[in-house]
Amino acid sequence: MTDKRLDSSTPDEPSGFVRALDERGDATVGTVGQGLAPATTRRANPVSRLIGHPAFGWIVIALAVALPFINSSAYAIRISTDALIFIMLAVGLNVVVGYCGLLDLGYAAFFAIGAYTSGVLSTTFGWPIVLTVPFVIVAAVIGGLIIGGPTLRLRSDYLAIVTLGFGEIIRITANNLDFTGGPNGVYGIPDFGDFGDYRADIATYWIVVVVVGLAVLASSRLGRGRLGRAWRFVREDEDAAEAMGIHTYKVKFAAYVTGAIFGGLGGVLFAVHQTAISPPSFNFLFSALILMAVVLGGMGSTPGVVVGAVIISLLPELLRGAENWRYLIFGILLIVVMIFRPQGIWPHRTDEKPARGGRRRSRTDATEVSQ
Amino acid sequence: MDVHYLLQLVLNGLFVGAFYGLVALGYSMVYGIIKLLNFAHGDIYMLGAFAGYTMLTIGAGALGGGSIVALVVILVIAMVLTGTVGLVLERVAYRPLRSAPRLSVLITAVGASFALEYGVAVGYGPNPRVYPVGFGNGAVDIFGARLTYAQLFMMLVALGLMIGLDMFIRRTRSGRAMRAISQDPKACLLMGINVDNVISRTFFIGSALAGAAGVMAGAYYGKVDFLMGFIIGLKAFTAAVIGGIGNLRGAVLGAIVLGLLESFGTALLGSEWRDVFAFGFLILFLTVRPTGLLGERVTERV
Amino acid sequence: MTSTAFSQSGTRAKAPVLLHVDGLTVAFGGVTAVNGLSFDVHEGEVISVIGPNGAGKTSAFNCITGFYKPTAGRILFDDVDITGKRPALIAARGVARTFQNLRLFGELSVLDNVRAGMHVRIRQNAFDAILHTPRYRRSEQEATDEANRWLDFVGSRGNRAAEVRNLPYGEQRRVEIARALAREPKMLLLDEPAAGLNHGEKAALLDLLRRISDLGTAVVLIEHDMGLVMDVSERIVVLNYGKEIADGTPEQIRSDPAVIEAYLGSDDAEAQQEAERVAHSSDTGGFHDLPTPEEER
Repeated sequence: MTDKRLDSSTPDEPSGFVRALDERGDATVGTVGQGLAPATTRRANPVSRLIGHPAFGWIVIALAVALPFINSSAYAIRISTDALIFIMLAVGLNVVVGYCGLLDLGYAAFFAIGAYTSGVLSTTFGWPIVLTVPFVIVAAVIGGLIIGGPTLRLRSDYLAIVTLGFGEIIRITANNLDFTGGPNGVYGIPDFGDFGDYRADIATYWIVVVVVGLAVLASSRLGRGRLGRAWRFVREDEDAAEAMGIHTYKVKFAAYVTGAIFGGLGGVLFAVHQTAISPPSFNFLFSALILMAVVLGGMGSTPGVVVGAVIISLLPELLRGAENWRYLIFGILLIVVMIFRPQGIWPHRTDEKPARGGRRRSRTDATEVSQ
Repeated sequence: MDVHYLLQLVLNGLFVGAFYGLVALGYSMVYGIIKLLNFAHGDIYMLGAFAGYTMLTIGAGALGGGSIVALVVILVIAMVLTGTVGLVLERVAYRPLRSAPRLSVLITAVGASFALEYGVAVGYGPNPRVYPVGFGNGAVDIFGARLTYAQLFMMLVALGLMIGLDMFIRRTRSGRAMRAISQDPKACLLMGINVDNVISRTFFIGSALAGAAGVMAGAYYGKVDFLMGFIIGLKAFTAAVIGGIGNLRGAVLGAIVLGLLESFGTALLGSEWRDVFAFGFLILFLTVRPTGLLGERVTERV
Repeated sequence: MTSTAFSQSGTRAKAPVLLHVDGLTVAFGGVTAVNGLSFDVHEGEVISVIGPNGAGKTSAFNCITGFYKPTAGRILFDDVDITGKRPALIAARGVARTFQNLRLFGELSVLDNVRAGMHVRIRQNAFDAILHTPRYRRSEQEATDEANRWLDFVGSRGNRAAEVRNLPYGEQRRVEIARALAREPKMLLLDEPAAGLNHGEKAALLDLLRRISDLGTAVVLIEHDMGLVMDVSERIVVLNYGKEIADGTPEQIRSDPAVIEAYLGSDDAEAQQEAERVAHSSDTGGFHDLPTPEEER
C-alpha cells in the first residue's frame, strides 16, 4: 500500500469493493456505475400489477364519473358515495399508518370533527358548505395538535391508545354538548349548492368523485416525495432516520396532521351526503373499519388501500344481517393477515423508477424481486 | 359539601379503583414483560363476566343461586378460564409476531380484541344479559358514608388478589424470572430461563385477574354486554400509565388515583363527562409526566 | 508500514479542530460507561477509537451523535456546542454515522436508503410533491443521480430497486456507508464497519476508507480489527473503563505498555502472544480480530 493521498481513485471509479466482490465470485448480477438496473423482467403479483398500473386509476375514475349514466338509482348513488368517502378516509389513514407506521385508532374523531364543524356552521349560521372548509381544516389541525403534540414524543404504542381515547372523547363530547345537538346530532345540512337540472344526490356524488379523486392522487404523490420518504424512514427505523438529520418528531407530526386534514375533509363530504349526523356514526367500530381497509389493502400502497376501502364499505351491502359474524371474521382476518401477509393483499411496491424516461416500464416489485 | 359526602366520594373512588387495578395489573404485567399493549385485555375482562354469567345461568340451582360461596367458586373457575384464553391468545396471535415490527403486533392486538368482542356477540347476541345474581342492600356505615357489603367484599377480594400477586412476583422463582425478563429478555434466554413459559404464565395471571374483575363487575352491576371491556380496557391503561407502565404497584396506585379522580370529577362535572375527564387526564399525564408516578426515566438505547 | 508514514509527518495535526470532546461522562444508573473522556478530531483526519469490550466506545459515539445525553462534559463541533442536542440537529450540522448493528431501512429500496442521507439537502416541499412541479422533478432527478453516484463510490452493485434487507451482509454495510456519505458529512463516525466482513471485503473497506478521507471528510472509526486500525489511522485513541488511556500515532499506541496491559492483562503467556500479534499486525494481511463484542449496550 502506498501513500493513500497519491493512490486515490476518483469518486466515480468503482474500485476496492468491486475487486473484492470479483474475488469472492459474488452471485449478485448487477451493474456498477449505471444507476438503476431496469427491472422489466421481474414477475409481479398480477393483481398488484393490474391495480398499480397508471391506466387502472384512470379507468376507475372514468367509471366513477360515468356511474350515474349507467345506474342512477338512488341506492346505487348512495352506496357509491359512501364508498368514495370511505376511500378518502382510508387513504388519509394510510398516510398515518401506512406511510409513517403510527397506529391511529381514533381516526373517526377527525371525521367527526370535520362533519360537526361543517354541519354546525352551515345549519346554525347558514353558511354555504364551501365556506366551512377552511374552518374544518383549522379544527382538524387543532385536534391533531392536541393529540399528536404530547403523544408523538413517546413510544409509538402510546399514540395508539391515546387516539383510541381521543375518539371516545370526541364522540362523547358531541353527545353531551348542546350546540352539537346532543344525541340527536345535527340535521338539515345543506347541499354544496344548486345544480339546476341535476339531481341533488348525483351532483353531490360528482363533487365527491372529484374531491376523493384529488385526495387519492395527492396522498399517493405525497408518499413518493421528500416528505413521503421521510415518513417511511421513520416507520422503518426512527434512530437511523434521526442520524440522517431527519427531525422525526416533526415528520411524525406532519403525517398525523395530514391524516387529520384528510379525515376532516372526509367528514365534510359525509355531512353533506348524509344531511344529518349524530354521535353513533363516529364510534370505535368505524375507526377500526377504516384501519381494516388500510391493513387488508396493504399499508402504504395507495391502490391497495383504495381497493381495500371499496371492499370493506361495500361488503355490508352484500352480506346484510350478518354483522356480528362479519366483524368476528374481520378481527380474525386482521390477525391472520399480520402473521402471514403483513404487507397486505396488494402490497406497496418500492416504486423505484429509473432516473430517465417514463416510469411505466420500470416499476418494480421489490417484494417479488426478493423472492 | 360536607365531610360525609367527601368520604362517600373517596369510598366510591376506591371501589372503582379496585376494579381498574385488577385489570391494570394485567395490562402492566404484559407491557412490562414484552412491551406489548394488549388491546384485547379489556375483552378478557368481558369474557370473565360472560363466563360467570354462563355458569350462574346453567348452574344456578346447583350452586344455590348467588350465595357468596357460590360466587367465589365461580370466580375461581372463571379466572382459570380467562387465564387460559389469555394464554392461548398469546400463543396463537402474539407469539408468531414476537420479532415483527411493533405496528404489526398492535394491529394484531386490535384484531384479537375485535375477534373476542364479536365472537361473544355471535355466541350470546348483541343485547345486554342480566346477571342472575343480586346482592342485598346491606351496608356498613363508615362515618356517615355508605359502603355495601357487596362492595366491601369485592374490594377485599381485589385486595387479596393484589397482595397475592405482589408476593408471587417478589417471592417466587417464577416471579423472579418475570422481573428478570422485563429487564433483559435476551440475557434471560442465555441464562437458561424458559422465556416462552414465563410469558405464557404472565398472560395467564394477567388474564385471570381481569377475569376476576369481570365476574365481580357482572355481579355488581347486574348486566353484561360484549362491549363492556372496551372502556375499562382504556381506563386500565390510563391507570397503568398514571402509575408508571410496567410497574405493578404503580398500576394499583394509578388505578386508585384514577378512581378517585373520576369519583370527584363526576361529582363536579356530571357523570356524562366521566370518561372524557379520565381520558383528558391521560393525555395531560402523558404530556407532563409520561413515565408515571412510580416509573423511572429510561434512556432508550441505540 | 508505509501507510502510516503520512500521519507521522504530522501535517494533519495542524488542521483546525473539528470535534472537541471535553470531560465527557455518561452514566446509566450506577454504571459509568464513559468517564471524563476528552479528545479532539481535526478536519480531514482519520482516527480510531479502540478499547476492550465495554470500554465505552459506542456510548461515546452515541453522545457525540446525540443519541445519549451526557451526564457531564461538553462536545463542540465546528465551534458550536452540540452537547445534548437532538441527533437530527447534530446530523444536520455535518455529522454522519453508521451503527454497530446495521440500521438500514429494511423494506425500502437501496436507492431510497441512500436518499435518506440527502434528505436535508433536497429542496422540495409537500406542495411540490403533490403538484409535481418542475422543482419536484428536478430535485428528485438530482437525488436519484446523486444516490447512484454514492452507491458507485462505495462499490455497491446489484439491484438498487431491491429492498435493502435482501442484500448480502457485506453489501448492506456498503449501503449504510453510502447513506452516511450522502449526508456529505464533515465528520463520519463508523461503528465497527469491518465486523462480519470477510478478508476481501476488509481489503475493499480499507480502500474505501482512504477514498472517503480523500474527500476531505474526517473519519472516526471504532474497530476491533487491529490490522485495519493500524493501517488506516493517523491517530488512535484508546479507551478502557470509559477513560482515555492513550492517544497517539499507531506506532506509539503499539508500544504503549498501558494499552497492552488494558487489552491483555499482565503476566499471562497467551496474552503476551496476543500482544505480539497485535503489535505486528500492520497490514490487512495480518489482521487479527479481537472477539466481537456482544452489543455494547
